[in-house]
Amino acid sequence: MKPSETEELKPPATEVGILGWMKHHLFNGAFSSISTIVVFLVAVKLVPPIIQWAFIDSVWFTSGKECYEVSGACWSVVTQNIRFNIFGYFPYAEHWRPLVAMLILFGMLYNSRDWQNWHRKLGYAWVIALFTMAYLMKGGGLSYYIISLLVLVCILTYDSEKQLWLKRAGLLCLIIAAVVLISMGILGTLAYFEFSGFYFDELSSVPTTKWSGLPLTLLLSFFGILASYPLGVMLALGRQSKMPIIKSLCVVYIELIRGVPLITMLFMSSVMFPLFLPEGVTIDVVLRAQVAIILFTAAYIAEVVRGGLQAIDSGQYEAAESLGLPYYQKMRLIILPQALKIVIPPSVGILISAFKDTSLVVIIGLFDILNTTKTILTEPEWTGFSTEAYIFIALIYYVCCLTMSQYSRRIEKELEYHADV
Amino acid sequence: MNTDLNDAIIDIIDMHKWFDDFHVLKDINLKVKPQEKIVVCGPSGSGKSTLIRCINRLEEHQKGQIIVNGTELTGDLKNIEKVRTEVGMVFQHFNLFPHLTIIENLSLGPIWVRKTPKKEAEELAMHYLEVVHIPEQAHKYPGQISGGQQQRVAIARSLCMKPKIMLFDEPTSALDPEMIKEVLDVMVELAKEGMTMIVVTHEMSFAKEVADRVIFMDYGEIVEENEPYAFFDNPQHDRTKLFLSQIL
Repeated sequence: MKPSETEELKPPATEVGILGWMKHHLFNGAFSSISTIVVFLVAVKLVPPIIQWAFIDSVWFTSGKECYEVSGACWSVVTQNIRFNIFGYFPYAEHWRPLVAMLILFGMLYNSRDWQNWHRKLGYAWVIALFTMAYLMKGGGLSYYIISLLVLVCILTYDSEKQLWLKRAGLLCLIIAAVVLISMGILGTLAYFEFSGFYFDELSSVPTTKWSGLPLTLLLSFFGILASYPLGVMLALGRQSKMPIIKSLCVVYIELIRGVPLITMLFMSSVMFPLFLPEGVTIDVVLRAQVAIILFTAAYIAEVVRGGLQAIDSGQYEAAESLGLPYYQKMRLIILPQALKIVIPPSVGILISAFKDTSLVVIIGLFDILNTTKTILTEPEWTGFSTEAYIFIALIYYVCCLTMSQYSRRIEKELEYHADV
Repeated sequence: MNTDLNDAIIDIIDMHKWFDDFHVLKDINLKVKPQEKIVVCGPSGSGKSTLIRCINRLEEHQKGQIIVNGTELTGDLKNIEKVRTEVGMVFQHFNLFPHLTIIENLSLGPIWVRKTPKKEAEELAMHYLEVVHIPEQAHKYPGQISGGQQQRVAIARSLCMKPKIMLFDEPTSALDPEMIKEVLDVMVELAKEGMTMIVVTHEMSFAKEVADRVIFMDYGEIVEENEPYAFFDNPQHDRTKLFLSQIL
């Protein structure tokens, strides 16, 4: 076929621009064209009514009774109950505390997102942030927090090569601790004798059973993910071990945990575990839930990591061994970086599931954000509006899970092997 | 340790190895002197790769003794690691670490095994990159260089540990013909500088150029060993004659 002889050779109008895009992506053959038309018709049928219901006819700030008179969505179920939804049973006047704690968490996570930023200063910032968040949530004796924080800082700044730490940092810690205690003692005494003016008021103690809503969900997920990942990696390595005791222990642990639902573990941790403790000794309920989540998630991470370890070519192990690298260095420098990178997709899947599984803690009497929503819906005023309430919760979960999966994709991109450049 | 150049640096005595029931190495007796270059050849399945992998304990032998640089290879992990720091190995498929740059690949061993400070290890790495003629690739990744370059990097990586013995397991078998020469040239230079080398290869030109001894293995046994020209011109055993007729 000879090319046509025209003065100006431009591509046909149906091949470029928006028409071209539509032709190639939407009407690219019979099946594609039919699907496009079907989807379009479905959208035309469904989307306008949804928009009508959700935005046009909806009400946002009315009471429950007024909602019944409206045909649109009753977003008031969210807005009028927002504080209970987010903060749960935490004392009403103290809601600023979990709010600030969450903001600190988001800020620290945001600052830690780049691996380049990870250095000592960030580590210290995290320690201080965690202690601050703990104090905001729990309240109570400030002196205990300060002292334990200072002790921790002393331990972290310990440099075995420079024995001066004991003299300088340790001394500094002790001085600060002493000053704080003495001044609190003085101020407390002044308050007792009702000298007016400024007196230092500790934050009121909030029992952990009252921790609920979004702060609880974030707390359980954050520490769950943080602790279960290294534990899972160690279990996977243990399962590969040639030492029979370690291997058997790891296999039994993994298979046992994977064989039971998380709800069973939470139930056991709450009901059965206290039976084994001596009279009067109780372990904090949030701690029990946290440990159950960590132990549970670690077993799944272990199996996924084991798959990654098996995917590494044996030549990598042999090359590392031929250089004389001992086991720990071989794993840390050569094998694990490659294996963990391969299993990022399934690992993140497990961690996202762990985030959502935190809602199961209702079984031991803790109310995360899903269960505060359900509690709101049990009130007669708001009972008919479960759709709106659950859409809101779904959005919150969606934003958190999407953030996690987008971040993981970013990590994957950064770790791509430079090849064939 | 060896001070006398006539003392064997590798001593394999009455060594047997089985893979489950399969008798892969039968009654191996081999003494390698320091600075000696040995080429091991034979048909596939003859056990030649298994033999050199026993020398750095990538495979375990069940019977007999293997003594490398004065240390006997047993189940003792400390001895194994001691031997491995003195024995370098080059693999058929290079086995470079893909997540590290070339210079990181090279300096890893010195930093973590010999506890060399990082700066010194990197200078050492650059030195050996020049020895193998590719200093400009230092900051690339293994996936970005050709096969011949990768194998030369693998040789340099082993050399950075300053081993007394270098083992080569079919180093050119996975390379395109154009790249075989560049790798063999590096190996010849290494040989001429006095490294003790045991090379499993089909490249008989290399054997003729630098080998002190050529060993022919078949069905797990050492059938014949001789110095190169005697070996190629005057093979004694029928099996050797058959093998040579197939490859030459």
